Amino acid sequence: MTRALITGNQAAAWGARLARADYMPAFPITPQTEIIETLAGWIDSGEMDCRMVMMESEHSMITAAGAAAATGVRVFTATSSQGLMYAMEMIYGVPGMRAPFVLVNVSRGLQTPVTLEPDHTDVLAARDSGFLQIHCATCQEVLDQTLIAYRLAEHHRVRLPVIVNLDGFYLSFTREPVEIPDPAAVDRFLPGFDPETTRFRAGEPLSQGVVVLGSTPYSYFRYETHLAALQGLPAYAEIAADFAAQFGREYGALETYRSDDAEWVLFIMGSFATKAKDAVDRMREAGWKVGLVRPRLLRPFPDEPLRQVLAGKRGVAVVDQNLSMGKGGVLHSELASVLYGQLDAPPILASFIGGLGGRDIAPEEFYEMIQVLHRAAEEGKPPPPRLLFTGDELREVRKLQAIAHAERTEGLK
Amino acid sequence: MSEQTVTIYKRMKDLPSTRLLGAGTPMCAGCGGLQAVHEIYDILGEKTVFVNAAGCMTLLAVYPFTPFRGSWLYTSMASAPAGAQGVRDALDILLAKQRIKQEQDLDVVVLTGDGAAYGMGLSSTSSAIERGLDFIYVCYDNEGYGNTGQQTSAATPHGARTSTSTDARGFGGFKKDLFAIWAAHRPAYVATVIGSEPLDLARKIEKAKAMKGPRLIIALSPCPTGWDFDPMESAEIGHLAVKTGVWPLKEYENGQVTHTKVPSEWLPVEEYLKKQGRFAHLFKPQRNKALISEIQTRVDAYWAEVERA
Ligand SMILES: Cc1ncc(C[n+]2csc(CCOP(=O)(O)OP(=O)(O)O)c2C)c(N)n1
Ligand code: SF4
Ligand SMILES: [Mg+2]
Repeated sequence: MTRALITGNQAAAWGARLARADYMPAFPITPQTEIIETLAGWIDSGEMDCRMVMMESEHSMITAAGAAAATGVRVFTATSSQGLMYAMEMIYGVPGMRAPFVLVNVSRGLQTPVTLEPDHTDVLAARDSGFLQIHCATCQEVLDQTLIAYRLAEHHRVRLPVIVNLDGFYLSFTREPVEIPDPAAVDRFLPGFDPETTRFRAGEPLSQGVVVLGSTPYSYFRYETHLAALQGLPAYAEIAADFAAQFGREYGALETYRSDDAEWVLFIMGSFATKAKDAVDRMREAGWKVGLVRPRLLRPFPDEPLRQVLAGKRGVAVVDQNLSMGKGGVLHSELASVLYGQLDAPPILASFIGGLGGRDIAPEEFYEMIQVLHRAAEEGKPPPPRLLFTGDELREVRKLQAIAHAERTEGLK
Repeated sequence: MSEQTVTIYKRMKDLPSTRLLGAGTPMCAGCGGLQAVHEIYDILGEKTVFVNAAGCMTLLAVYPFTPFRGSWLYTSMASAPAGAQGVRDALDILLAKQRIKQEQDLDVVVLTGDGAAYGMGLSSTSSAIERGLDFIYVCYDNEGYGNTGQQTSAATPHGARTSTSTDARGFGGFKKDLFAIWAAHRPAYVATVIGSEPLDLARKIEKAKAMKGPRLIIALSPCPTGWDFDPMESAEIGHLAVKTGVWPLKEYENGQVTHTKVPSEWLPVEEYLKKQGRFAHLFKPQRNKALISEIQTRVDAYWAEVERA
């Protein structure tokens, strides 16, 4: 084991290297590119025995990844944002082949307007695809979860591809001290790839991705994939326990922070949770009973564990780094569907949209969220969803709105 | 020229008498594409994995049936060559790391229609060729988006009526020269074939099978449903496509294009056109002399250039 100061992207590359990925179809996009460049460097220097192929698009990249996994090698690939969207037909296409591999997504907002900065809109578009999703908060977690992701994807009862998500910039380009496990220890945790019966070989005819006629076989295959994704929960628990036993780092499906005796909870995914935990500490110092819950697994969604940790809380503030147009925050809806109708569910479930297009979330904003929960509980009225702006930002937005309005009405004359 | 000297396919009776591809597929009666696939499969054999793009042939493998004795992978309309890349690379890795034996290896064969080959999948094909991928690409060309009802594609010929080119002149554009586009990449091999010329087809597939690298085949595929003719005319229309010079049978190898079947005398193109409902507007209610002669002129010009070269 060595310790190094590396970026989230480099941590992802280390994960692929330690997993002994055989094959990497690739395509560049900011902020992911450093991952494939790091791996390319290791392949060129002979430090890694992997074949890399530069594809002409992410659509082709995911096709090649799925096809290679279905042939029986361990596959790694990575993308971000527009790349994930360009691949989307195959993101929904390959899970049904039940060929496991790992895709690292370095999340970044989507056009329009074009941005290089992070939010979760890209990765949430893959939510219903059949890929499982693991979301990371630190560089160490990126490396570790990449290893866990291979075990999860290849688990006999799962056999689905897995997305490991890290936030662009906040993790991709941030250096943190990371423990790089010994290859021999990783080999014990993650043995070589077993394609089971999903493989193309002469003398073993196999048809993959075929057409079905009628809704019954269609529903059968979709239902089987859903069941396999649900099997991801117990499988993940088993694998995370194994990981903790071998490497001493715990990765439950939920990260809970000072939430046991908390009355108010922040629910947040990804690297902003580290900022939110800091805010929790300060609120605790001020005597507020606040805690935090962070889902590491988005698919399968840990319904039951969430019900348990949130039972009896007075209010939950859901922080979404995404905006579903015409609806609101995706995580808020996800959590509402888990809690609604439960007798001891928190009565207040507030939605905050923050961190769009790289926007930071300040500690004061976390304090304000908890205040909003307080007031709502006192008034007995659920608060409306809020898009987070500071005073300055709001003035800027109002100014842009005013200019746009003036130009529109001028134009009519 | 190539070191290929003797073919085992000298006469019709040398062609394989077994039929490897199973019967009972949902293709239309008289499907020229299926005819070509039958003939090609008999020569390539069952140590193959067909990587397919969306089109009529996607319905060959309908759960839980397949007419193939070997394997099949459906990808998407645009990315069959990328699927072939993934399978080929994985097999090479498995061979190199000695996780499979040589006899477990497979030939990787892309199978798509013209819509995918000439259009949506052209980028992934171009890139697979440029990477030197060791694969065979079979495009069955029925000159339209057949599976969705024969809309105009980049392979639709000038003057043909399609479900999106319905006026008196038919399609106003011109068939894209995919052979030239593919050959410009300087792959190992490019050939045109047609199911109605099984000997020429067999020799070309035999040759392609023995080579390495990108090998690309375009099979003109008379399509009773999309071209509007009686299924029993399918082979005859195929013959006419060759005898009128509309579908030149040729191959590209080592920078050279060779025509493999040049009749001493050409039939007029209208012999080919008048058999097909998609060209009926050239003959009825009046004969559209200008358009027929325009098509003839283009075919003549092609062969005049071949002669000069
Ligand atoms: C991305 C995408 N767009 C559209 C379609 C609908 N579609 C299915 S088959 C087909 C036609 C394909 O044409 P071609 O490649 O010529 O094959 P053919 O149907 O003629 O056999 C189309 C447009 C699809 N399957 N995928
Ligand atoms: S529409 Fe044409 S190409 Fe498609 S199956 Fe029918 S005959 Fe064959
Ligand atoms: Mg077609």
